[in-house]
Amino acid sequence: MQANYGYKDGSGDFFIVIDTERCNGCGDCVEVCPADVLELVEDEFDFEAETPVIAVKAEHAKKIKYSCAPCKPAAGYTTAELPCVKACEPCAIDHSW
Amino acid sequence: MAQDEKGAGYWRWTESRWTSPDLNPKNGEVNSAGVDVGSVSTQAVVMVDGELYCYSNMRTGSDSPRSAENAMNWALEDTGLTLDDIHATVGTGYGRVNVPFATKAITEIACHARGANFMYGPTVRSILDMGGQDCKAIHCDERGKVKAFLMNDKCAAGTGRGMEVFADLLGVHINEVGEMSLQVDEEPPPVSSTCVVFAKSEAAALLREGWPKERVLASYCSAMAHRVVTLLERIGVEEEFAITGGIAKNAGVVKRLAEELNIELAKTDMDTQIAGALGAALFARALYEKKMKSG
Repeated sequence: MQANYGYKDGSGDFFIVIDTERCNGCGDCVEVCPADVLELVEDEFDFEAETPVIAVKAEHAKKIKYSCAPCKPAAGYTTAELPCVKACEPCAIDHSW
Repeated sequence: MAQDEKGAGYWRWTESRWTSPDLNPKNGEVNSAGVDVGSVSTQAVVMVDGELYCYSNMRTGSDSPRSAENAMNWALEDTGLTLDDIHATVGTGYGRVNVPFATKAITEIACHARGANFMYGPTVRSILDMGGQDCKAIHCDERGKVKAFLMNDKCAAGTGRGMEVFADLLGVHINEVGEMSLQVDEEPPPVSSTCVVFAKSEAAALLREGWPKERVLASYCSAMAHRVVTLLERIGVEEEFAITGGIAKNAGVVKRLAEELNIELAKTDMDTQIAGALGAALFARALYEKKMKSG
């Protein structure tokens, strides 16, 4: 399942895209995120799932552009080098901006 | 000023309830319920053995647990059923954790997909829920299981509340806004503001210029349709495509949306506002049956 957390507004698209089929629930991305944006939750879309999945915390979803700003190009990062993307072994995390 | 049953002003949508004339709940083995406490409206749906039996559709008040109770009581009114006759209830929507009598809370995204699968049939692959204060795009499989979703609850453009603001400004009942917006000879340019507050100021300026109400509504409905199309672009649209939520009843937005996407919309004769609660009631039944099987 592809979960898009974030929003679209006049200044652009700001979504963190999580592929819950790839996510193995290891939690490595939670550890490395400097803004504490991610959390491990029960998979609400698959009741059979045995492992938790990553989700964007509700309090960050509506300000994700600002929460993630410290890791964005202005600070010298490309998408592939983002701490969360780099830490994810199964490549389950992507950013739309 | 036109008022509905409960005396609310003319721009508000009308509350309603319905009971199936063909079903007898006394013969049912599993009575399941779903309550969708949204930001603007609350729906309670009761299903008997997987068939829609009754529902209510009311405004959400300031007290979510009470809104859930009121909706449930109204749905059960005159049916002979009480809360004790319901085997399992699932809460969904913004206030899902505030449904006092719910067995479980499930995200409204999963419930809308499941509900739309029931309402429009298993061929539905894309769903757009245009709710009171948010907009959700969902992809699902033939069983109504979510494959992808995107929710926008940061911006009021493309929501029922945005349309209420316009109905209020023009003094037109919300139920008539859609048809009225189609009564124009030529499609006017859409309002340029994406923000509802500024779109309203823009509309006020157009009225001062002498635009008729129909033309102003057409301008807003097409702006809303366009706005939602750009949101859908992120996850794409697959056939069949269905719209749920209150705005699905607004022909002015729906028709323009279908034209811009160049796609035909799935049809239903059910109330599009109950999709979330309907999905919740289906989940409640599945959960109850699973529990019974495992003893």
